[in-house]
Amino acid sequence: MEQYIPIAIMILIGVVAGVVFANINRFLGPHKPTEEKLSTYESGMEPVRTARERFSVKFYLVAMLFIVFDIEIVFLYPWAVVFRQLAPAGIIGMIVFLVILVIGLIYEWRKGGMDWR
Amino acid sequence: MNLPITWNDVLALGPIAVVFGGTLLLVVLESIVRKASPLMFWVTVGVLAVAAGCALATIGVAGTAFGGTVLTGGYASYFALVFSAGALLVTLLSPAYLLKRATAFTEYYILLLAAVTGMMVMAASNDLVVFFLGLETMSVAFYVLAGFTRQSVTSNESAMKYFLLGAFATGFLLYGMALVYGTLGSTSIAMLRSSAAAHAGEPLFLVGLGLLLVGFVFKVAAVPFHMWVPDVYEGAPTMVSGLMSTGGKSAAFAAFLLVFGADVLQSAAPIREVMAVLAALSMIVGNILAISQTSVKRMLAYSSVAHAGYILTGVIAANADGANGVMFYLLAYTLMNVGAFGVLSILETASVENVRIDDLAGLSRTRPWLAGLMALFMFSLTGIPPFAGFFGKYYVFTGAIGAGYTWLAIVGVIMSVVSAYYYLRLVVVMYFQEGSPDQVGTATGIGLASLVLPAIALLALGLLPSTIVNLTMQCF
Repeated sequence: MEQYIPIAIMILIGVVAGVVFANINRFLGPHKPTEEKLSTYESGMEPVRTARERFSVKFYLVAMLFIVFDIEIVFLYPWAVVFRQLAPAGIIGMIVFLVILVIGLIYEWRKGGMDWR
Repeated sequence: MNLPITWNDVLALGPIAVVFGGTLLLVVLESIVRKASPLMFWVTVGVLAVAAGCALATIGVAGTAFGGTVLTGGYASYFALVFSAGALLVTLLSPAYLLKRATAFTEYYILLLAAVTGMMVMAASNDLVVFFLGLETMSVAFYVLAGFTRQSVTSNESAMKYFLLGAFATGFLLYGMALVYGTLGSTSIAMLRSSAAAHAGEPLFLVGLGLLLVGFVFKVAAVPFHMWVPDVYEGAPTMVSGLMSTGGKSAAFAAFLLVFGADVLQSAAPIREVMAVLAALSMIVGNILAISQTSVKRMLAYSSVAHAGYILTGVIAANADGANGVMFYLLAYTLMNVGAFGVLSILETASVENVRIDDLAGLSRTRPWLAGLMALFMFSLTGIPPFAGFFGKYYVFTGAIGAGYTWLAIVGVIMSVVSAYYYLRLVVVMYFQEGSPDQVGTATGIGLASLVLPAIALLALGLLPSTIVNLTMQCF
């Protein structure tokens, strides 16, 4: 049990620090609420509105780019863990995969998919 | 541990590697070279020609690669040849058509080669996962190609319908694969065939096969999953419809024949009976609905449903005759249907997007060559000897009779007679009706040449069917 005492102390410090920091400005800071300040997003975005809205097709391009590189990461991490055992077929395979991906990236880049115009 | 992938595996892929490499090359060219249209066209033609040559060279040596998940040579090469031939003709006919529709984007060729890559992977699959990979590669490329004339409402409708229904069918297919994997403990198609008899009594296995069947029947466009066909073929760019109805269908049938091979069908009797009913319904519904069409493309779409029924008859036969028949039929069907869609793509103009049958009246006087070629393709689609279409039907029906499905062959023959009505009506309209089809387009030299080639091939195959049958016999 003794080796758990430091962990218990850490938890205690964490909880106390969290509670204190979350509430301290209620006592110390000035308190002058306005409607804008009380809304969820102070930047002015309405938190609740209709979801049936048109938005720019550029977001889809970014989303597609994200998926491509997300998948790349998903493949690269497990590969990086075991690539010593996979050599050389694993390395060649990953190079082929990355070349295909880079060709897609070049295409997107040259076609202006990355320009937020 | 070492992955069982060697250079020999990559080399054994042959035509697939060529077409996939060509796809990547085109993407690079598209990114780097400005105004690359003629270059892209000729590179595509070159890649497909090399792939066809590669397929011919590897057709004699059948084997497997990548740990037995991919078939090489033999069967895969034969279908690679069919796909490259079909896609080559489509490519040759495309530039003039795309210019007419004001969508001469060179991405067309990239997507076309990507679709062909997918088809080849499907025909080479010896594992359900590899098959799925090929199917999606092909389908995604086709979804985009169907909506390629992006200013056209019908083209967008076609892409949307094809995508939604295709994605839905893919869901069934995947569920079927999951259940089959659940009973067999393996996704290997070879394993599926060899152990089908041992598992034939298990309800879960039969349900899995049934769900797989739903996916396949959708992809080959047979009844009852044929609703999308007329709208998609009518709305998509004409040459894309030509490739979808031939290459797409052939690829689906190639995989169909692999998964629902003789062993599977002989042990899973209920599935076979269901397939027989679906084949009969496809022939009846497709042919009867084709009669009442006024648009040539819709007529060809319903006729493609009917042809799916004929070819399905060969799959159901589950014997050598049937399998050879399916392979021969798909080659012949690819040539004659690409030809028919090719003629249409030439006749269409910027204002006349959808050629009606009446528009063809008097075509034999104003465009004698086009009318003659169209008549030849229609004769071959009807199944009139000495054209290749006749021998395709002959082989699949012989196979069905040999397997004890005489009733199916009888339905097929009767429905072939029905089909003569609407195919030959086109010929009658072109040759014996007065009209002034001056609004229709004219053929370019390269377009005419790429229609004459399949016409000659159809005649040659019809006169010497044994050359191809000797080839397909080696594949089993």
